[in-house]
Amino acid sequence: MRVFMRFLSAGYALAIYGFIFLPVVVLVVFSLQSTAFPIPPFTGPSFRWYEAVLNDPRLTSALFNSLAVALISSLVAVALGFVSAWGFARFMLPGSGLMRGLITLPLTVSYLIIGMGLLVIFNMIGLPKNLLAAGIGHVVINLPLCFAIIYSQMGDHQINIERAARDLGATEWNVLWLVTLPIMWPAIFASLFLSMTFSWDEFVISFLLTRFDTTLPVEIWNLLRSGLNPKTNAVGSLVFAVSVVAAIILELILLRRRPA
Amino acid sequence: MNELSKIDRALPWMLVTPALLWTLLFFVAPFVAMALLSLNFQAEGGMTVSNYSQFFTNPSYYRAMINSLEVTGMVTLISVLLAYPFAWILAEQIPPRLQRLALLLAILPFWTSYVVRSYSWLLVLAQNGVVNDALLRTGLLTDPLQLANTRTATIIGFVHFFVMLLTLTIFASLKQLNPSYRKAAADLGAGPIRTFIHVVLPLTIPGVVVGAFLTFVLAIGDYITPQILGGNNELLMPQLIMMQIGRRGDFPLASALALILMAMVTIAYIACARWLKIERT
Repeated sequence: MRVFMRFLSAGYALAIYGFIFLPVVVLVVFSLQSTAFPIPPFTGPSFRWYEAVLNDPRLTSALFNSLAVALISSLVAVALGFVSAWGFARFMLPGSGLMRGLITLPLTVSYLIIGMGLLVIFNMIGLPKNLLAAGIGHVVINLPLCFAIIYSQMGDHQINIERAARDLGATEWNVLWLVTLPIMWPAIFASLFLSMTFSWDEFVISFLLTRFDTTLPVEIWNLLRSGLNPKTNAVGSLVFAVSVVAAIILELILLRRRPA
Repeated sequence: MNELSKIDRALPWMLVTPALLWTLLFFVAPFVAMALLSLNFQAEGGMTVSNYSQFFTNPSYYRAMINSLEVTGMVTLISVLLAYPFAWILAEQIPPRLQRLALLLAILPFWTSYVVRSYSWLLVLAQNGVVNDALLRTGLLTDPLQLANTRTATIIGFVHFFVMLLTLTIFASLKQLNPSYRKAAADLGAGPIRTFIHVVLPLTIPGVVVGAFLTFVLAIGDYITPQILGGNNELLMPQLIMMQIGRRGDFPLASALALILMAMVTIAYIACARWLKIERT
Protein backbone atom coordinates (compact mmCIF):
# COMPACT_ATOMS: atom_id res chain seq x y z
CA MET A 1 0.00 0.00 0.00
CA ARG A 2 2.70 2.45 1.00
CA VAL A 3 4.81 1.60 -2.03
CA PHE A 4 1.78 1.95 -4.26
CA MET A 5 1.08 5.35 -2.72
CA ARG A 6 4.62 6.55 -3.34
CA PHE A 7 4.44 5.30 -6.89
CA LEU A 8 1.17 7.11 -7.49
CA SER A 9 2.50 10.32 -5.93
CA ALA A 10 5.63 10.26 -8.04
CA GLY A 11 3.62 9.64 -11.20
CA TYR A 12 1.20 12.44 -10.42
CA ALA A 13 3.94 14.92 -9.55
CA LEU A 14 5.81 14.09 -12.74
CA ALA A 15 2.64 14.56 -14.81
CA ILE A 16 2.05 18.00 -13.28
CA TYR A 17 5.70 18.99 -13.77
CA GLY A 18 5.34 17.85 -17.39
CA PHE A 19 2.24 19.99 -17.82
CA ILE A 20 3.92 22.99 -16.21
CA PHE A 21 7.07 22.70 -18.30
CA LEU A 22 5.59 21.64 -21.65
CA PRO A 23 4.95 25.13 -23.07
CA VAL A 24 8.27 26.52 -21.84
CA VAL A 25 10.25 23.66 -23.34
CA VAL A 26 8.40 23.96 -26.64
CA LEU A 27 8.99 27.72 -26.62
CA VAL A 28 12.73 27.41 -26.06
CA VAL A 29 13.30 24.43 -28.38
CA PHE A 30 11.54 26.01 -31.33
CA SER A 31 13.30 29.33 -30.78
CA LEU A 32 16.29 27.41 -32.19
CA GLN A 33 14.36 26.44 -35.32
CA SER A 34 16.24 27.17 -38.54
CA THR A 35 13.16 27.32 -40.77
CA ALA A 36 10.34 29.85 -40.74
CA PHE A 37 7.76 28.04 -38.62
CA PRO A 38 8.11 27.06 -34.96
CA ILE A 39 6.28 23.76 -35.44
CA PRO A 40 7.50 20.16 -35.71
CA PRO A 41 9.71 18.81 -37.16
CA PHE A 42 12.58 20.54 -35.38
CA THR A 43 15.06 21.81 -37.97
CA GLY A 44 17.66 23.54 -35.79
CA PRO A 45 19.59 24.31 -33.86
CA SER A 46 20.23 27.74 -35.25
CA PHE A 47 20.56 31.16 -33.70
CA ARG A 48 19.19 33.10 -36.65
CA TRP A 49 16.01 34.15 -34.81
CA TYR A 50 18.00 35.44 -31.85
CA GLU A 51 20.03 37.48 -34.30
CA ALA A 52 16.80 38.71 -35.85
CA VAL A 53 15.55 39.81 -32.42
CA LEU A 54 18.76 41.62 -31.49
CA ASN A 55 18.80 43.36 -34.88
CA ASP A 56 15.20 44.49 -34.60
CA PRO A 57 15.33 48.12 -33.42
CA ARG A 58 11.66 48.05 -32.42
CA LEU A 59 12.25 45.17 -30.03
CA THR A 60 15.49 46.50 -28.58
CA SER A 61 14.03 49.95 -27.99
CA ALA A 62 10.91 48.35 -26.48
CA LEU A 63 13.25 46.44 -24.16
CA PHE A 64 14.86 49.67 -22.96
CA ASN A 65 11.45 51.34 -22.63
CA SER A 66 10.26 48.44 -20.49
CA LEU A 67 13.34 48.61 -18.26
CA ALA A 68 13.02 52.38 -17.88
CA VAL A 69 9.30 52.28 -17.12
CA ALA A 70 9.76 49.39 -14.67
CA LEU A 71 12.62 51.08 -12.83
CA ILE A 72 11.18 54.59 -12.63
CA SER A 73 7.58 53.61 -11.87
CA SER A 74 8.74 51.15 -9.21
CA LEU A 75 10.97 53.75 -7.55
CA VAL A 76 8.04 56.17 -7.45
CA ALA A 77 5.70 53.47 -6.10
CA VAL A 78 8.19 52.40 -3.41
CA ALA A 79 8.90 56.01 -2.40
CA LEU A 80 5.21 56.87 -2.11
CA GLY A 81 4.48 53.57 -0.38
CA PHE A 82 7.32 53.88 2.11
CA VAL A 83 6.64 57.48 3.06
CA SER A 84 2.93 56.89 3.55
CA ALA A 85 3.48 53.61 5.45
CA TRP A 86 5.86 55.48 7.74
CA GLY A 87 3.28 58.19 8.31
CA PHE A 88 0.51 55.71 9.12
CA ALA A 89 2.67 53.50 11.33
CA ARG A 90 4.20 56.32 13.40
CA PHE A 91 1.35 58.75 13.89
CA MET A 92 -2.24 58.41 14.94
CA LEU A 93 -4.25 60.00 12.17
CA PRO A 94 -8.02 60.47 12.18
CA GLY A 95 -9.61 58.12 9.63
CA SER A 96 -6.37 56.16 9.32
CA GLY A 97 -8.09 52.84 8.57
CA LEU A 98 -10.21 54.37 5.86
CA MET A 99 -7.24 56.07 4.20
CA ARG A 100 -5.16 52.89 4.35
CA GLY A 101 -8.07 51.04 2.79
CA LEU A 102 -8.23 53.59 0.01
CA ILE A 103 -4.52 53.21 -0.79
CA THR A 104 -4.77 49.40 -1.01
CA LEU A 105 -8.07 49.40 -2.92
CA PRO A 106 -6.55 49.22 -6.44
CA LEU A 107 -5.23 45.72 -5.59
CA THR A 108 -8.73 44.33 -6.06
CA VAL A 109 -9.38 45.85 -9.48
CA SER A 110 -8.32 44.26 -12.75
CA TYR A 111 -5.55 45.94 -14.72
CA LEU A 112 -7.87 46.25 -17.69
CA ILE A 113 -10.31 48.41 -15.75
CA ILE A 114 -7.55 50.54 -14.20
CA GLY A 115 -6.03 51.09 -17.63
CA MET A 116 -9.37 51.94 -19.14
CA GLY A 117 -10.21 54.45 -16.41
CA LEU A 118 -6.87 56.18 -16.94
CA LEU A 119 -7.45 56.23 -20.69
CA VAL A 120 -10.79 57.95 -20.09
CA ILE A 121 -9.40 60.72 -17.86
CA PHE A 122 -6.23 61.19 -19.91
CA ASN A 123 -8.48 61.69 -22.93
CA MET A 124 -10.45 64.28 -20.97
CA ILE A 125 -7.43 66.30 -19.87
CA GLY A 126 -5.66 65.83 -23.19
CA LEU A 127 -2.63 63.86 -22.00
CA PRO A 128 -1.37 62.00 -25.07
CA LYS A 129 -0.78 58.25 -25.08
CA ASN A 130 2.86 57.64 -24.19
CA LEU A 131 5.24 55.90 -21.84
CA LEU A 132 4.63 58.49 -19.13
CA ALA A 133 0.93 57.61 -19.11
CA ALA A 134 1.77 53.90 -18.89
CA GLY A 135 4.24 54.62 -16.08
CA ILE A 136 1.55 56.47 -14.12
CA GLY A 137 -0.66 53.38 -14.53
CA HIS A 138 2.12 51.11 -13.27
CA VAL A 139 2.51 53.24 -10.15
CA VAL A 140 -1.24 52.90 -9.58
CA ILE A 141 -1.04 49.09 -9.61
CA ASN A 142 2.20 48.86 -7.60
CA LEU A 143 1.69 51.53 -4.95
CA PRO A 144 -0.88 49.47 -2.98
CA LEU A 145 1.45 46.48 -3.05
CA CYS A 146 4.50 48.45 -1.85
CA PHE A 147 2.43 50.17 0.80
CA ALA A 148 0.96 46.89 2.08
CA ILE A 149 4.33 45.11 2.23
CA ILE A 150 6.19 47.95 3.92
CA TYR A 151 3.35 48.86 6.29
CA SER A 152 3.00 45.25 7.44
CA GLN A 153 6.69 45.16 8.35
CA MET A 154 6.59 48.30 10.50
CA GLY A 155 5.99 46.84 13.96
CA ASP A 156 6.24 48.11 17.53
CA HIS A 157 9.79 46.84 17.68
CA GLN A 158 10.89 49.34 15.06
CA ILE A 159 8.91 52.14 16.66
CA ASN A 160 10.77 51.55 19.93
CA ILE A 161 14.16 51.63 18.21
CA GLU A 162 13.20 54.88 16.53
CA ARG A 163 12.01 56.30 19.84
CA ALA A 164 15.34 55.38 21.39
CA ALA A 165 17.16 57.20 18.59
CA ARG A 166 15.00 60.28 19.14
CA ASP A 167 15.61 60.19 22.88
CA LEU A 168 19.32 60.09 22.20
CA GLY A 169 18.95 63.32 20.26
CA ALA A 170 18.62 62.23 16.65
CA THR A 171 16.64 64.58 14.41
CA GLU A 172 13.65 63.30 12.40
CA TRP A 173 15.85 63.25 9.35
CA ASN A 174 18.60 61.25 11.07
CA VAL A 175 16.07 58.76 12.40
CA LEU A 176 14.81 58.21 8.87
CA TRP A 177 18.24 57.80 7.29
CA LEU A 178 20.15 56.03 10.04
CA VAL A 179 17.45 53.92 11.68
CA THR A 180 14.21 53.44 9.73
CA LEU A 181 15.60 52.92 6.23
CA PRO A 182 18.26 50.39 7.27
CA ILE A 183 15.72 48.41 9.33
CA MET A 184 13.14 48.47 6.58
CA TRP A 185 15.60 47.62 3.84
CA PRO A 186 14.39 44.02 3.24
CA ALA A 187 10.76 45.10 2.87
CA ILE A 188 11.77 47.98 0.62
CA PHE A 189 13.89 45.72 -1.53
CA ALA A 190 11.15 43.08 -1.77
CA SER A 191 8.53 45.61 -2.80
CA LEU A 192 10.88 47.22 -5.32
CA PHE A 193 11.68 43.85 -6.85
CA LEU A 194 8.03 42.78 -6.99
CA SER A 195 6.97 46.11 -8.49
CA MET A 196 9.63 45.88 -11.17
CA THR A 197 8.54 42.34 -12.02
CA PHE A 198 4.90 43.35 -12.33
CA SER A 199 5.68 46.45 -14.34
CA TRP A 200 8.09 44.55 -16.59
CA ASP A 201 5.41 41.97 -17.38
CA GLU A 202 2.42 44.29 -17.50
CA PHE A 203 0.62 44.31 -20.82
CA VAL A 204 -2.89 45.71 -20.88
CA ILE A 205 -2.23 49.10 -19.28
CA SER A 206 0.73 49.74 -21.57
CA PHE A 207 -1.32 48.53 -24.52
CA LEU A 208 -4.10 51.02 -23.78
CA LEU A 209 -1.92 53.97 -22.79
CA THR A 210 0.99 53.98 -25.26
CA ARG A 211 1.03 54.54 -28.98
CA PHE A 212 4.33 54.57 -30.90
CA ASP A 213 7.01 54.10 -28.29
CA THR A 214 5.88 51.14 -26.29
CA THR A 215 6.97 48.43 -23.85
CA LEU A 216 8.23 44.94 -24.60
CA PRO A 217 5.04 42.97 -23.82
CA VAL A 218 3.09 45.21 -26.22
CA GLU A 219 5.75 44.82 -28.90
CA ILE A 220 5.61 41.03 -28.43
CA TRP A 221 1.85 41.25 -28.76
CA ASN A 222 2.34 43.08 -32.07
CA LEU A 223 4.63 40.26 -33.21
CA LEU A 224 1.84 37.76 -32.47
CA ARG A 225 -0.29 39.30 -35.19
CA SER A 226 1.99 37.65 -37.73
CA GLY A 227 0.99 34.24 -36.32
CA LEU A 228 3.43 31.61 -35.14
CA ASN A 229 6.93 32.91 -35.63
CA PRO A 230 10.28 31.64 -34.27
CA LYS A 231 11.25 35.25 -33.64
CA THR A 232 8.53 35.44 -31.01
CA ASN A 233 9.96 32.24 -29.52
CA ALA A 234 13.41 33.80 -29.42
CA VAL A 235 12.31 37.01 -27.72
CA GLY A 236 10.12 35.00 -25.32
CA SER A 237 13.05 32.74 -24.42
CA LEU A 238 15.25 35.78 -23.79
CA VAL A 239 12.67 37.32 -21.48
CA PHE A 240 12.38 33.99 -19.67
CA ALA A 241 16.16 33.73 -19.25
CA VAL A 242 16.39 37.24 -17.82
CA SER A 243 13.54 36.58 -15.38
CA VAL A 244 14.99 33.28 -14.21
CA VAL A 245 18.35 34.91 -13.53
CA ALA A 246 16.57 37.66 -11.58
CA ALA A 247 14.62 35.04 -9.61
CA ILE A 248 17.80 33.14 -8.77
CA ILE A 249 19.49 36.33 -7.58
CA LEU A 250 16.49 37.13 -5.38
CA GLU A 251 16.44 33.58 -4.02
CA LEU A 252 20.14 33.78 -3.16
CA ILE A 253 19.65 37.09 -1.39
CA LEU A 254 16.69 35.71 0.57
CA LEU A 255 18.59 32.53 1.44
CA ARG A 256 21.54 34.48 2.70
CA ARG A 257 19.30 36.62 4.85
CA ARG A 258 17.38 33.78 6.44
CA PRO A 259 19.83 32.71 9.20
CA ALA A 260 19.75 36.22 10.69
CA MET B 1 9.12 76.53 19.52
CA ASN B 2 5.62 77.25 18.33
CA GLU B 3 6.87 77.13 14.76
CA LEU B 4 8.40 73.72 15.35
CA SER B 5 5.27 72.11 16.80
CA LYS B 6 3.35 73.36 13.79
CA ILE B 7 5.78 71.49 11.58
CA ASP B 8 5.44 68.47 13.85
CA ARG B 9 1.70 68.50 13.43
CA ALA B 10 1.91 68.87 9.68
CA LEU B 11 4.52 66.14 9.26
CA PRO B 12 2.22 63.08 9.39
CA TRP B 13 -0.02 64.65 6.77
CA MET B 14 2.95 65.54 4.61
CA LEU B 15 3.92 61.88 4.70
CA VAL B 16 0.59 60.35 3.78
CA THR B 17 -0.76 62.96 1.40
CA PRO B 18 1.31 62.10 -1.71
CA ALA B 19 0.13 58.48 -1.81
CA LEU B 20 -3.46 59.49 -1.08
CA LEU B 21 -3.37 62.16 -3.73
CA TRP B 22 -1.96 59.72 -6.27
CA THR B 23 -4.73 57.22 -5.50
CA LEU B 24 -7.42 59.88 -5.70
CA LEU B 25 -6.16 61.37 -8.95
CA PHE B 26 -5.29 58.22 -10.86
CA PHE B 27 -7.61 55.64 -9.34
CA VAL B 28 -10.70 57.23 -7.81
CA ALA B 29 -11.10 60.01 -10.37
CA PRO B 30 -10.96 57.57 -13.33
CA PHE B 31 -13.66 55.54 -11.63
CA VAL B 32 -15.91 58.51 -11.17
CA ALA B 33 -15.28 59.48 -14.79
CA MET B 34 -16.15 55.95 -15.95
CA ALA B 35 -19.30 55.86 -13.84
CA LEU B 36 -20.47 59.20 -15.23
CA LEU B 37 -19.59 58.14 -18.75
CA SER B 38 -21.45 54.85 -18.40
CA LEU B 39 -24.59 56.78 -17.45
CA ASN B 40 -24.19 59.14 -20.44
CA PHE B 41 -24.04 61.93 -17.90
CA GLN B 42 -24.65 65.40 -19.32
CA ALA B 43 -23.52 68.59 -17.61
CA GLU B 44 -27.04 69.97 -18.10
CA GLY B 45 -28.38 67.22 -15.88
CA GLY B 46 -29.50 64.41 -18.17
CA MET B 47 -28.43 60.80 -17.73
CA THR B 48 -29.64 57.40 -18.87
CA VAL B 49 -29.07 53.78 -18.01
CA SER B 50 -29.22 52.79 -21.69
CA ASN B 51 -25.72 51.25 -21.60
CA TYR B 52 -26.71 48.99 -18.75
CA SER B 53 -30.07 48.03 -20.22
CA GLN B 54 -28.24 47.28 -23.49
CA PHE B 55 -26.10 44.78 -21.63
CA PHE B 56 -29.07 42.94 -20.15
CA THR B 57 -31.15 42.91 -23.35
CA ASN B 58 -28.54 42.22 -26.03
CA PRO B 59 -27.74 38.47 -25.99
CA SER B 60 -24.25 38.92 -27.42
CA TYR B 61 -23.38 41.14 -24.46
CA TYR B 62 -24.75 39.13 -21.56
CA ARG B 63 -23.54 35.95 -23.29
CA ALA B 64 -19.99 37.25 -22.76
CA MET B 65 -20.64 37.45 -19.03
CA ILE B 66 -22.04 33.92 -18.97
CA ASN B 67 -19.00 32.69 -20.93
CA SER B 68 -16.70 34.46 -18.50
CA LEU B 69 -18.40 32.94 -15.48
CA GLU B 70 -18.38 29.46 -17.02
CA VAL B 71 -14.72 29.61 -18.04
CA THR B 72 -13.58 31.17 -14.77
CA GLY B 73 -15.59 28.67 -12.73
CA MET B 74 -14.15 25.74 -14.67
CA VAL B 75 -10.63 27.12 -14.38
CA THR B 76 -10.93 27.66 -10.64
CA LEU B 77 -12.33 24.17 -10.07
CA ILE B 78 -9.82 22.31 -12.28
CA SER B 79 -6.88 24.29 -10.92
CA VAL B 80 -7.79 23.55 -7.31
CA LEU B 81 -8.32 19.85 -8.05
CA LEU B 82 -4.98 19.57 -9.84
CA ALA B 83 -2.99 21.75 -7.46
CA TYR B 84 -4.12 20.33 -4.12
CA PRO B 85 -2.68 16.80 -4.55
CA PHE B 86 0.44 18.29 -6.12
CA ALA B 87 0.99 20.69 -3.22
CA TRP B 88 0.30 17.84 -0.81
CA ILE B 89 2.93 15.64 -2.48
CA LEU B 90 5.45 18.49 -2.38
CA ALA B 91 4.73 19.17 1.29
CA GLU B 92 4.48 15.60 2.58
CA GLN B 93 6.21 13.15 0.26
CA ILE B 94 9.33 15.03 -0.69
CA PRO B 95 12.23 15.16 1.77
CA PRO B 96 12.32 18.63 3.43
CA ARG B 97 15.73 19.62 2.11
CA LEU B 98 14.52 19.14 -1.48
CA GLN B 99 11.18 20.88 -0.96
CA ARG B 100 12.36 24.38 -1.69
CA LEU B 101 13.95 23.26 -4.95
CA ALA B 102 10.85 21.25 -5.92
CA LEU B 103 8.64 24.25 -5.28
CA LEU B 104 10.94 26.59 -7.17
CA LEU B 105 10.89 24.26 -10.15
CA ALA B 106 7.11 24.03 -9.98
CA ILE B 107 6.74 27.78 -10.39
CA LEU B 108 9.65 28.40 -12.74
CA PRO B 109 7.46 29.09 -15.80
CA PHE B 110 5.76 31.76 -13.69
CA TRP B 111 8.73 33.86 -14.67
CA THR B 112 8.09 33.85 -18.38
CA SER B 113 6.19 36.89 -19.49
CA TYR B 114 2.44 36.44 -19.34
CA VAL B 115 1.94 37.17 -23.03
CA VAL B 116 4.71 34.75 -23.99
CA ARG B 117 3.22 32.00 -21.82
CA SER B 118 -0.10 32.17 -23.69
CA TYR B 119 1.74 32.22 -26.98
CA SER B 120 3.69 29.10 -25.94
CA TRP B 121 0.43 27.25 -25.42
CA LEU B 122 -0.63 28.32 -28.88
CA LEU B 123 2.53 26.63 -30.19
CA VAL B 124 1.67 23.47 -28.29
CA LEU B 125 -2.00 23.37 -29.29
CA ALA B 126 -1.84 24.64 -32.89
CA GLN B 127 -3.26 22.61 -35.77
CA ASN B 128 0.24 21.38 -36.63
CA GLY B 129 1.67 21.96 -33.19
CA VAL B 130 3.42 19.56 -30.84
CA VAL B 131 0.35 17.84 -29.38
CA ASN B 132 -1.29 17.16 -32.72
CA ASP B 133 2.05 16.11 -34.21
CA ALA B 134 2.60 13.57 -31.45
CA LEU B 135 -0.95 12.22 -31.62
CA LEU B 136 -0.86 11.86 -35.41
CA ARG B 137 2.58 10.25 -35.35
CA THR B 138 1.59 7.63 -32.81
CA GLY B 139 -1.52 6.88 -34.83
CA LEU B 140 -3.89 7.80 -32.04
CA LEU B 141 -5.51 10.30 -34.38
CA THR B 142 -6.04 10.47 -38.11
CA ASP B 143 -7.14 14.11 -38.24
CA PRO B 144 -5.62 16.89 -36.15
CA LEU B 145 -7.67 18.18 -33.23
CA GLN B 146 -8.94 21.74 -33.40
CA LEU B 147 -7.53 22.98 -30.09
CA ALA B 148 -6.31 26.50 -30.75
CA ASN B 149 -8.99 29.20 -30.80
CA THR B 150 -11.34 27.21 -28.62
CA ARG B 151 -12.62 27.51 -25.09
CA THR B 152 -10.57 24.41 -24.21
CA ALA B 153 -7.38 26.27 -25.14
CA THR B 154 -8.36 29.24 -22.97
CA ILE B 155 -9.04 26.92 -20.06
CA ILE B 156 -5.73 25.05 -20.52
CA GLY B 157 -3.80 28.31 -20.63
CA PHE B 158 -5.50 29.61 -17.49
CA VAL B 159 -5.19 26.30 -15.62
CA HIS B 160 -1.45 26.26 -16.35
CA PHE B 161 -0.97 29.63 -14.70
CA PHE B 162 -3.28 29.05 -11.75
CA VAL B 163 -2.02 25.55 -10.90
CA MET B 164 1.31 27.23 -10.18
CA LEU B 165 -0.30 29.97 -8.12
CA LEU B 166 -2.53 27.59 -6.15
CA THR B 167 0.32 25.14 -5.55
CA LEU B 168 2.13 27.99 -3.80
CA THR B 169 -0.81 29.02 -1.62
CA ILE B 170 -1.90 25.46 -0.76
CA PHE B 171 1.68 24.39 -0.06
CA ALA B 172 1.96 27.33 2.35
CA SER B 173 -1.20 26.38 4.23
CA LEU B 174 -0.14 22.71 4.45
CA LYS B 175 3.21 23.79 5.87
CA GLN B 176 1.61 26.10 8.42
CA LEU B 177 -0.41 23.23 9.82
CA ASN B 178 0.66 22.50 13.38
CA PRO B 179 2.14 18.94 13.35
CA SER B 180 0.70 18.24 16.81
CA TYR B 181 -2.82 18.12 15.30
CA ARG B 182 -1.73 15.23 13.16
CA LYS B 183 -0.08 13.50 16.09
CA ALA B 184 -3.23 13.98 18.16
CA ALA B 185 -5.35 12.40 15.42
CA ALA B 186 -2.93 9.47 15.20
CA ASP B 187 -2.96 9.06 18.99
CA LEU B 188 -6.74 8.94 18.90
CA GLY B 189 -6.47 6.07 16.45
CA ALA B 190 -7.11 7.72 13.08
CA GLY B 191 -5.27 6.26 10.10
CA PRO B 192 -3.61 8.50 7.51
CA ILE B 193 -6.73 8.72 5.35
CA ARG B 194 -9.04 9.64 8.21
CA THR B 195 -6.51 12.13 9.52
CA PHE B 196 -6.42 13.75 6.11
CA ILE B 197 -10.19 13.93 5.68
CA HIS B 198 -11.05 15.07 9.20
CA VAL B 199 -8.00 17.13 10.16
CA VAL B 200 -5.74 18.21 7.31
CA LEU B 201 -8.36 18.97 4.69
CA PRO B 202 -10.70 21.08 6.88
CA LEU B 203 -7.78 23.07 8.27
CA THR B 204 -6.39 23.88 4.84
CA ILE B 205 -9.75 24.87 3.32
CA PRO B 206 -9.32 28.58 4.22
CA GLY B 207 -6.04 28.65 2.30
CA VAL B 208 -7.70 26.95 -0.64
CA VAL B 209 -10.54 29.47 -0.63
CA VAL B 210 -8.10 32.39 -0.63
CA GLY B 211 -6.29 30.87 -3.60
CA ALA B 212 -9.54 30.10 -5.40
CA PHE B 213 -10.74 33.64 -4.85
CA LEU B 214 -7.48 35.02 -6.26
CA THR B 215 -7.83 32.68 -9.23
CA PHE B 216 -11.37 33.84 -9.86
CA VAL B 217 -10.53 37.54 -9.62
CA LEU B 218 -7.41 37.36 -11.78
CA ALA B 219 -8.93 35.05 -14.41
CA ILE B 220 -12.20 36.89 -14.88
CA GLY B 221 -10.40 40.18 -15.49
CA ASP B 222 -7.76 38.83 -17.86
CA TYR B 223 -7.77 39.81 -21.50
CA ILE B 224 -4.56 38.18 -22.72
CA THR B 225 -5.23 34.45 -22.34
CA PRO B 226 -8.72 34.36 -23.90
CA GLN B 227 -7.65 36.67 -26.71
CA ILE B 228 -4.55 34.69 -27.68
CA LEU B 229 -5.81 31.15 -27.02
CA GLY B 230 -9.58 31.44 -27.35
CA GLY B 231 -9.58 33.79 -30.31
CA ASN B 232 -12.70 35.63 -31.32
CA ASN B 233 -15.02 32.65 -31.74
CA GLU B 234 -16.62 33.36 -28.41
CA LEU B 235 -15.97 36.45 -26.36
CA LEU B 236 -15.30 36.77 -22.66
CA MET B 237 -16.06 40.01 -20.81
CA PRO B 238 -12.55 41.53 -21.04
CA GLN B 239 -12.52 40.86 -24.77
CA LEU B 240 -15.93 42.47 -25.15
CA ILE B 241 -14.73 45.52 -23.21
CA MET B 242 -11.56 45.83 -25.30
CA MET B 243 -13.62 45.54 -28.44
CA GLN B 244 -15.75 48.51 -27.41
CA ILE B 245 -12.62 50.56 -26.73
CA GLY B 246 -10.56 49.52 -29.72
CA ARG B 247 -12.76 48.80 -32.67
CA ARG B 248 -15.77 50.90 -31.84
CA GLY B 249 -14.44 53.65 -29.60
CA ASP B 250 -17.59 53.32 -27.50
CA PHE B 251 -16.28 54.42 -24.12
CA PRO B 252 -19.67 54.79 -22.39
CA LEU B 253 -20.60 51.18 -23.15
CA ALA B 254 -17.10 49.96 -22.30
CA SER B 255 -17.33 51.79 -18.96
CA ALA B 256 -20.69 50.22 -18.18
CA LEU B 257 -19.31 46.74 -19.00
CA ALA B 258 -16.22 47.34 -16.86
CA LEU B 259 -18.36 48.37 -13.90
CA ILE B 260 -20.56 45.30 -14.35
CA LEU B 261 -17.45 43.12 -14.34
CA MET B 262 -16.29 44.82 -11.15
CA ALA B 263 -19.66 44.16 -9.59
CA MET B 264 -19.20 40.44 -10.32
CA VAL B 265 -15.84 40.46 -8.54
CA THR B 266 -17.36 42.26 -5.57
CA ILE B 267 -20.09 39.62 -5.35
CA ALA B 268 -17.44 36.89 -5.40
CA TYR B 269 -15.59 38.72 -2.64
CA ILE B 270 -18.70 38.89 -0.48
CA ALA B 271 -19.32 35.19 -1.09
CA CYS B 272 -15.79 34.33 0.08
CA ALA B 273 -15.51 37.03 2.75
CA ARG B 274 -16.23 34.62 5.59
CA TRP B 275 -13.24 32.46 4.70
CA LEU B 276 -11.03 35.34 3.68
CA LYS B 277 -11.52 36.83 7.13
CA ILE B 278 -10.65 33.58 8.90
CA GLU B 279 -7.38 33.56 7.01
CA ARG B 280 -6.47 37.04 8.17
CA THR B 281 -6.80 36.38 11.90
